[in-house]
Amino acid sequence: MTADISIDVSLTRRAFAFGISAATGGLVLGPGGSVVCAAENRPAGLPEITVWVVIEPDDTTIIRVARSEMGQGNFTTLPMLVAEELECDWKLVRPEYVDAHDNLARDHAWGDMVTAASLSIRASQAYLRKAGAQAREMLISEAAARWGVPASHCAARDSTVTHAASGRSLRYGALAEAASQRAVPANIVLKRPEEWRLIGQSVKRLDTIDKSLGRPIYASDVRLPGMLYAAVSACPHLGGRLVSFDASKVEAMPGVRHVVPVAGTAVAVLATSWWQAKKALDALPITWDPGAGKGLSNATIRATFAEGLAASDVAIGHKIGDVDGALAKAARIVEANYEVPYLAHATMEPQTCVAQVTAEGVEIWAPTQNGEGTLRSVAQALGVDPAKVVVHKHHLGGGFGRRGLAQDWARLAALIANAVPGPPIKMVWSRQEDIQHDYYRPMVLARLVAGLDVQGNLTSWKTRLCGSSILAGLSKSRMKNGQDIEMMNAFLEEDMAYRVPHFEVGYAMRNLSIPVGFWRGVNHTQNGFFRESFIDELAHAQGQDPYQFRRALLAEGPRSLAVLDEVARRADWGRAPAGIFQGIALVECYNSVTAQVVEISVAASGEVKVHRVVCAIDAGYIVNPGIVEAQMQSAVAFGLGAALNGQMTLEDGHVQESNFHDYQILRINEVPKVETYLVSSGDRYSAEWGGVGEPGTPPLAPALCNAIFAATGQRIRSLPIANHPLKPRP
Amino acid sequence: MIELTINGSTSRTDIAADTPLLWYLRDELGLTGTRFGCGAGLCGCCTVHVNGAATRSCSITLGDLNGASITTIEHLSAQGLHPLQQAWIELDVPQCGYCQSGQIMQAAALLADKRHPTDTDIDESMAGNICRCGTYVRIRAAIKLAAGIRNGRSVGKLGVEP
Repeated sequence: MTADISIDVSLTRRAFAFGISAATGGLVLGPGGSVVCAAENRPAGLPEITVWVVIEPDDTTIIRVARSEMGQGNFTTLPMLVAEELECDWKLVRPEYVDAHDNLARDHAWGDMVTAASLSIRASQAYLRKAGAQAREMLISEAAARWGVPASHCAARDSTVTHAASGRSLRYGALAEAASQRAVPANIVLKRPEEWRLIGQSVKRLDTIDKSLGRPIYASDVRLPGMLYAAVSACPHLGGRLVSFDASKVEAMPGVRHVVPVAGTAVAVLATSWWQAKKALDALPITWDPGAGKGLSNATIRATFAEGLAASDVAIGHKIGDVDGALAKAARIVEANYEVPYLAHATMEPQTCVAQVTAEGVEIWAPTQNGEGTLRSVAQALGVDPAKVVVHKHHLGGGFGRRGLAQDWARLAALIANAVPGPPIKMVWSRQEDIQHDYYRPMVLARLVAGLDVQGNLTSWKTRLCGSSILAGLSKSRMKNGQDIEMMNAFLEEDMAYRVPHFEVGYAMRNLSIPVGFWRGVNHTQNGFFRESFIDELAHAQGQDPYQFRRALLAEGPRSLAVLDEVARRADWGRAPAGIFQGIALVECYNSVTAQVVEISVAASGEVKVHRVVCAIDAGYIVNPGIVEAQMQSAVAFGLGAALNGQMTLEDGHVQESNFHDYQILRINEVPKVETYLVSSGDRYSAEWGGVGEPGTPPLAPALCNAIFAATGQRIRSLPIANHPLKPRP
Repeated sequence: MIELTINGSTSRTDIAADTPLLWYLRDELGLTGTRFGCGAGLCGCCTVHVNGAATRSCSITLGDLNGASITTIEHLSAQGLHPLQQAWIELDVPQCGYCQSGQIMQAAALLADKRHPTDTDIDESMAGNICRCGTYVRIRAAIKLAAGIRNGRSVGKLGVEP
């Protein structure tokens, strides 16, 4: 990459007209307005060439994006999939959100809007590439008709259709309007991967300029006439309720307009600025009832889950052979109990939503991982016809699973706006509110028992897990016979490549009033930690190298084996310099395989320094390698901060952590060197398309703890690492 | 009445003196590029320049700023893109982007103070700015790239680590 840093501001966004104007020598910011414009903000009358593509007379190519941009690159990679087949000039592409109400009104013309489970690319690549190809064929057909030549004699490239025989050419902008009237071709042959010219290139992200100039792109930045600001306090005891509050104490404070109870569990203060609302909220006397939260502490929850590890009411997720019989015959038994804590998402943008309720309907401006989910949640909360709800999508100031299925923040904002109909209400949570009212990564306990034969072969492995179910609270329809099988991810047939002759994983569901949810990597984060730490224990118990021990279990897992071998080779496994210790881990998730080697040193004081993390990932076909690299750096930082320091401390269901001083996020001085190597099975095993946003997080904690064992001889069986005083081996 | 210079223009206000600068910028002036992250000076999202110094705007009140000169992200590019913004764009630094205004303002104060910051300088200056997306590797590379641009030297071939 050369350092050509000239930037053509005229290309930055077509949405300049909505708030920003170019001026000689720089940029002048105009008043208000979001620059992430949905279709309704465009000049009217431009026709669609398939629902995904609109081409303006000057060749500007608008490509619609139905899924959300939360940092993972969807505003770039999804348009790349369309543009590859469209054969447009990439420099002319402008991404634009599809809004949820438009998708609803047009019978889901843009498909699913869910942005979760690292699925955006793999779930939409087929129809996005097809849509690009269809639009290209319509443009070619139009040009061919004008020239009176067969379409098969014409070609499209760089936003131009050419007829080589006659030397004629036409730009897409001149063809678009008429092309849009042509029939959408049904039979499309997509390019073969070796014909791709854009997919696989590290083209620059299309949202970087907005984000580097502080442009108003988030729901937090929305400003509307007559808008009121809401600060909220929900019952700090999770599972509790609002008893009473004394609005008279704050109603006369400057700027305060309304004090409203919400859903029996929260209070909102509305004022003419957020600071006024927050100040009044802090002064508001409120009485809470801890309700179901009463008595819930880490110790009581641990006792409940520990009972579950020995209970008989377990769902079995995967079973091979006769594990109990094999364990009874084993020459050697290795067993261990593990535990992980609840973890908050802590998106940099605290939970935020703008809502307005009028006689005409409901309007929402939201940072959402699921636009239609927001629409449905709001309609349901207010008991209104979904057709009366408008949801404008904005870039998310971080998602990580917090802004997907739960939609608690959207319902809360809608209920506040419903209590004060008329003005738009911008609800912004304080950081304390955000950390104390999350849908946490579940606290889970595990018991692992393995049997080895006299030759040291692993013959049997039994795993029991206990914690609260994510699906029971957020997606009952995904449960099977009332059980949450996904709580056993990383031990299931589809996401564990190791083969053990006798194997069983079971989960005892113990649901509490502490909300649990999807946290980057989801159940693979805790189960990956259990599985890969325990495998390390087994290797050391046999005096074997942890990398070689894993290899021996991967005879039936060539994809995992290739990734494991790559990370070991790239990290120079087993040959770390003096004072540096390595740990390795492998996790299969979201149709990708990721392995990491973490290199650390431990100071005499016990302080752990992480020097380097080497990542190998097989995510199948890669759309944008630069974005994959960025996601690996991101996922490593996310997993590392959590492994070192992350935990929620509960007292009567009340999370004690309140801000970044006691819920610590990784900082720049702690971040290691991160190397990423791509192992592509995209053309070797099958047409794989794997996820990228999450797979880098689950291997980090076990690889790190395995490195700590190498350095200290201390086995970390509960996170975070900060709870364990460490000492380097003498 | 409090008088401030904000992005080169004089601004007078009689709103409460205990109002943090952040909320005056965002809710009164509509300068939403400065963002709210923690309200306690712990994350750096809201970093602006007060008389040239990187300052957490959530934790300083208007009453403490009478006569001060404030620069926000919106004004950093008033004379064309700041070298840091050019470097941020060149290296594709932002992911979700929410913290990046604060990162850039903090880094701009660092470069104003040290023309060639070392890794230690970068750690010391930037450790107060959290990025939940973990863009730190590229932030570090972009600061070094901007330092080269700033001094008008050819920066040669550059890659994003590794």
